[in-house]
Amino acid sequence: MELLDKLAILADAAKFDAACTSSGLDRTARPSGQGIGTAMFSGCCHTFSADGRCVTLLKVLQTNRCICDCQYCVNRRSNDVPRTAFTPRELAELTIGFYRRNYIEGLFLSSAVWGSPDRTTEEMIATLRLLREEYHFWGYIHAKAIPGADPLLTRRLGLLADRLSINIELPSEASLNRLAPDKGKHDILTPMAQIRDGIQVSRHEIARYRHAPRFAPAGQSTQMIVGATPESDRHIMLLTQGLYDKYKLKRVFFSAYMPVSDSALLPAPAGFKPPLLREHRLYQADWLLRYYHFRVEELLDEVHPNLNPLVDPKCSWALAHMEFFPVEVNRASLEELLRVPGIGPKSARRIVSVRRCGSLDFEGLKRLGVVLKRAQYFITCRGKMLSGLRVSPDGVLRHLVAQERPMLAQGAPEQLSLFEQTG
Amino acid sequence: MDWTQAAYRYDGSFSGFLTCVFYSYAEREEPMTFIGPEDGRLSLWPEREVEASRELALRVYRALSRLGPEGRRIVVHGFLTCLEEKEVQLWRYLRLGFAQGRGFCRNLAHPLVAALDKAVYHAEHEAHMYKGFVRFSEQEGLLLAEIEPKNRVLPLLRVHFCQRFPQECFAIYDRTHREALFHQRGQWAIVPLEDFRLAAPGQTEREYRQLWRKFYDTIAIQERYNPKCRMTHMPKRYWGTMTEFQTGPAEPGRKELQA
Repeated sequence: MELLDKLAILADAAKFDAACTSSGLDRTARPSGQGIGTAMFSGCCHTFSADGRCVTLLKVLQTNRCICDCQYCVNRRSNDVPRTAFTPRELAELTIGFYRRNYIEGLFLSSAVWGSPDRTTEEMIATLRLLREEYHFWGYIHAKAIPGADPLLTRRLGLLADRLSINIELPSEASLNRLAPDKGKHDILTPMAQIRDGIQVSRHEIARYRHAPRFAPAGQSTQMIVGATPESDRHIMLLTQGLYDKYKLKRVFFSAYMPVSDSALLPAPAGFKPPLLREHRLYQADWLLRYYHFRVEELLDEVHPNLNPLVDPKCSWALAHMEFFPVEVNRASLEELLRVPGIGPKSARRIVSVRRCGSLDFEGLKRLGVVLKRAQYFITCRGKMLSGLRVSPDGVLRHLVAQERPMLAQGAPEQLSLFEQTG
Repeated sequence: MDWTQAAYRYDGSFSGFLTCVFYSYAEREEPMTFIGPEDGRLSLWPEREVEASRELALRVYRALSRLGPEGRRIVVHGFLTCLEEKEVQLWRYLRLGFAQGRGFCRNLAHPLVAALDKAVYHAEHEAHMYKGFVRFSEQEGLLLAEIEPKNRVLPLLRVHFCQRFPQECFAIYDRTHREALFHQRGQWAIVPLEDFRLAAPGQTEREYRQLWRKFYDTIAIQERYNPKCRMTHMPKRYWGTMTEFQTGPAEPGRKELQA
């Protein structure tokens, strides 16, 4: 088979993996000037595909030949699609060829389970060894650990890659048992814990010995599919929070379920709209956990188990806690500023730094680059609200919803069904 | 201010600008406009011709530390921006900065500081985008690329690409400002260059381009098609120099671009 066809098949099979980031690691050139490649802590997008997603890594599978039969997956063995595999040499050369032309930031190597988890991992290790040891490639490598592989193999994979991830796939054990009969919760969480411990040990060693081997220096991430199974947003967010707390993950990715199967266990593909708006809200809530010091318990409770589709989760929280507002910009702590809808970590830090030079008014805020569209309802400057702004408390919700309307229109069918639930 | 107003004519370089700053302080003159080498303007103010001096420029450069790291960054990177009358704005910024100390540079609520901060952000952001969007073509072992930035981003891209490809010989040509960055084994130079044309791609190069376009088309999920989102992240002005938005002769059925 030609390389072009292989690439088409194996990239197509990998495209549902949401994670495509190259962040979390700074690596400058070798002092010897040998080899090729660096990594940037902030990551770097090399292009954006037609669906608006960032493309930073060459995202492919080593092979799409699979022994598993997970219902939600395009590569399940019962699915009739062409099967192929990259040889380690082919893939390494392709990566270097793309990297030299600055098409990509590195490689995202995943794989279907070919023969056994051990064999698959060995094949991936062979590719990464070629890249690191023969081509002296120091760009970013994200590798998927294969559940069920020997821990020693996973360890070797982690020593070659920068980031490891294991997909948790579905948000609950019951769903996993139903849809992925070959995988159990245990198979996924055991290697996740192994990677967490490996990273911790490696950090400790590097602090003592500069040349200690680095195990997954850019951390670990995971992904789950949203909308294929009946879990509530609260369930998903609590799981996410648990993964951050217990497994020290860098990121949890959500992937709106795409109708790839006509299995009776999944939503029927005919007329199914992927829950893109819900995915968006989950990401917003995820950001609140990671950058805004929120806890899931504040955002969702048993009475309201799902995020409000009409406004973002922070607005939703603010509207339910009007006693916290208005916040005085010139006095509020960083923590308090972070809770104001429309003010993010960057604006909040700017406010705190600039107000040392003098008190701020609304003009000054605008000059700082603080967007007042949402924030104006929740802040005062020198004790005053924005002049000309007259809104009753329940008017605020109407204004905020009106602002989001253009975006809501995109997910119209989805939005309507949820609207009836919450309204 | 009881400073005399004047117009400064200089060679357009950063050290030339710093020399102007030196003379303006020495002569107590407030530059109302700066005239570069290719600028045929005549001014109503008395004109002073300044010859760049390395020594004087270094003296001013050292004084920039009084503005703190933030302030120095704004001045150095500010000179690379496409801001209107950037020299005048930078001069005013320096004058206020030297008078008030580094606290001034942090006061983003000040209109002048805010304007320069925004311009520098624009330049640095553009440079960051180009770190990803530069596309090299291989020609006889050399890597060649063209870009069309608004700001002079080559000095900002230099460290990144020289570190990333320490063993490669490469060149990046800036069409807008007609200058090029050359690199070869740890040596680099940014030089003015009037014309730069790429030869027709060879066999291997064509194959890699085709592979990349195939990958680019494949990785998008049809059901999530969202051209607006793509344009927000990657405005169309970047597309002209990117491989994935050109169609090769061997790929007649490629539809992506019409979208």
